[in-house]
Amino acid sequence: MAESATERRERIRAEPMAPIGTHGGLFAGTLSSYRQVVSERYLLGLLVKRELKARYKDSSLGFLWSLIRPLTQLLIYYFALGEILGLARQIPSFAVFVFIGLTAWSFFTEIVSGGTTSIVGNSGLVKKVYLPREIFPLSTIGGALFNYAIQLSILLVATLVIGQFPARAELALFPLAFAVILINAAALALLLSAVNVYLRDTQHLVEVILTVLFWASPIVYSFTFVREALDGSLLEQLYLANPVTVAILGMQQALWVAGSESGTAVWPDDLVPRMWIALGIGVVMLWASQRVFSRLQGNFAQEL
Amino acid sequence: MSTPIVSVQDVSKRFVIHKDKSVKERVLNAARSRQHRDDFWALKNVSFEIETGSTVGLVGHNGSGKSTLLKAVGGIIEPTSGSIWRRGRLAALLELGAGFHADLTGRENVFLNAAILGLSREETTRKFDEIVAFSGIEEFIDTQVKFYSSGMYVRLAFAVAVNVDPDLLLVDEVLAVGDEPFQKKCMDKIADFQSEGRTIVLVSHSADQVGSLCDRVLVLDHGEVQHDGDTAEGLRVLRAGFDRARQSASTSSPMVGGLPRLLDVTTHADLIDSTGVLRAGANLTIYVDIDLDRAPEGWMAGIAIETPLGQPIYRVNTDGLGVELPRTAGRHRISFLLPELSLGGGQYQVNVGLAAKDGTTFDRRRPATSFFVEHDHQGAGVVRMDSSAQYAPLDP
Repeated sequence: MAESATERRERIRAEPMAPIGTHGGLFAGTLSSYRQVVSERYLLGLLVKRELKARYKDSSLGFLWSLIRPLTQLLIYYFALGEILGLARQIPSFAVFVFIGLTAWSFFTEIVSGGTTSIVGNSGLVKKVYLPREIFPLSTIGGALFNYAIQLSILLVATLVIGQFPARAELALFPLAFAVILINAAALALLLSAVNVYLRDTQHLVEVILTVLFWASPIVYSFTFVREALDGSLLEQLYLANPVTVAILGMQQALWVAGSESGTAVWPDDLVPRMWIALGIGVVMLWASQRVFSRLQGNFAQEL
Repeated sequence: MSTPIVSVQDVSKRFVIHKDKSVKERVLNAARSRQHRDDFWALKNVSFEIETGSTVGLVGHNGSGKSTLLKAVGGIIEPTSGSIWRRGRLAALLELGAGFHADLTGRENVFLNAAILGLSREETTRKFDEIVAFSGIEEFIDTQVKFYSSGMYVRLAFAVAVNVDPDLLLVDEVLAVGDEPFQKKCMDKIADFQSEGRTIVLVSHSADQVGSLCDRVLVLDHGEVQHDGDTAEGLRVLRAGFDRARQSASTSSPMVGGLPRLLDVTTHADLIDSTGVLRAGANLTIYVDIDLDRAPEGWMAGIAIETPLGQPIYRVNTDGLGVELPRTAGRHRISFLLPELSLGGGQYQVNVGLAAKDGTTFDRRRPATSFFVEHDHQGAGVVRMDSSAQYAPLDP
């Protein structure tokens, strides 16, 4: 079955010479990068598995840890903000409400902060093997998707237990909101992973900004408070310009049954068009980030 | 008709070294940022083609750009100017076990590493047993690799690497791994690769390895191709370069001032070719010129011949030869005659020392000079023998 030397030579002769490391044009380059990543999807899967497996390899609780962290956060916010500060009295099913926002937010941060360090963290591979480098930030996304899927299923089980399973028309908003977070986070991850190679301060800056942004989305407080405070002013429009905010609102509208049933929840106008716009901007950003990434990746190996 | 597998066209690579990385320093030095950048050319206008099925060695000093060139061919580093064209399936072995994850088992790492080198799941599954058998660590395959010894780690990594099916294999200084039987296995595998018509580009510091594997050598010096072609000639160019570097770094140390001092050490041989290489059986004379301004009580001069790696071959001094050296001030020449040299092919260096009989060293120089002996076409080693072989039936 082994190929003989002559056969090999014939096969190689039939293959055209291809230049390596060219960027291509704006659109052709995107397409060729896309093709390269798709051709490496098996490796991408393995890298995701590697991350997930290695993370809790020697701990006896293993994967449970990836649940314990968000659940602890949920408990803290539930008692500190809900019970002690009394938010739970104004927000029905406060635990479900917080968990919807919390899981969506941690999905977003995991992609952005994990993605930012992904190239530097895999420097051993980047320096020694040629792979389409996009797969490193992409593998972070894979890991985040896995965690989010688990957390989401817990959320759905919980709603089932308390009898508020979101089996209704608004559920259709969920895929759209999810896509807004995914696409925007992916665009940021791709861009920041490349920038971080040249300016290592990026990763620390990202952590700080993410901590601030946590409070700029209605995760532990509801949009009702925002409306009361800003009352449709320009500031409110600014608040709603954040794609993550829009997406989290969309998720709450889709999954938070008690909110719509009680009739107390306030939603911004035109939430659905806003989500479509956020998605559109996200797609353009993703494309632009990929272009920047492919410009910058040529010198990755020597900058690491 | 030639079938190039790699074509490197006028490739140059500039490295910029930033001396400051933090924002504070960058802001403070923004105006002077030009001064805080160093750049150098790791490759300068390099062009060549590699023929399918050939084995090419890239050699040169540390920092001559050979690894950069290999990485450029592998697509890991993008050249500043010029272009590189390539076809066929590539596997780059720039570091064994790049991509091994310490927390995963050997089995999981085999699949991961094979995927990194471009193998699909089916191909890996098919070759898995072969890979494990080659590495020789069957018992530990389900142990996490962080518990492996460094030898086991490297063997597993190498086993994966040689079992991918590349048309073009790039190897950087990784063949000297494992114990002797394993190294033998690696060399056999490389020979198999050659007979299967695969193309190998290898970076190595081992002249022996390059000499025995490659059919073509590229000598790089400061990013430029100094020699491209015949292996033996290339290795000679490389050694001459090493020699110059060593000469300039040669340690000359007059221990006690004003006593016999070394002036110059030269060699002369009667059988020599146009490039200065000694023929087998040449009579070699080593001249040691000294300056004597005060006559010490009983002193001697000695020479030692070593391989370039510092393995001693032969040592002799005037005391052992029963020669009394002069005590009159002035310049003298001491000649050591080494008749009918029976040294094997390669380069040799000569160290020279002047000392009193009680052991006090007056002056010494290592290396003082060197010479090159033509390659032995019958055998190999540091000695040359007029060997022969014959056969006869054992049973009458």
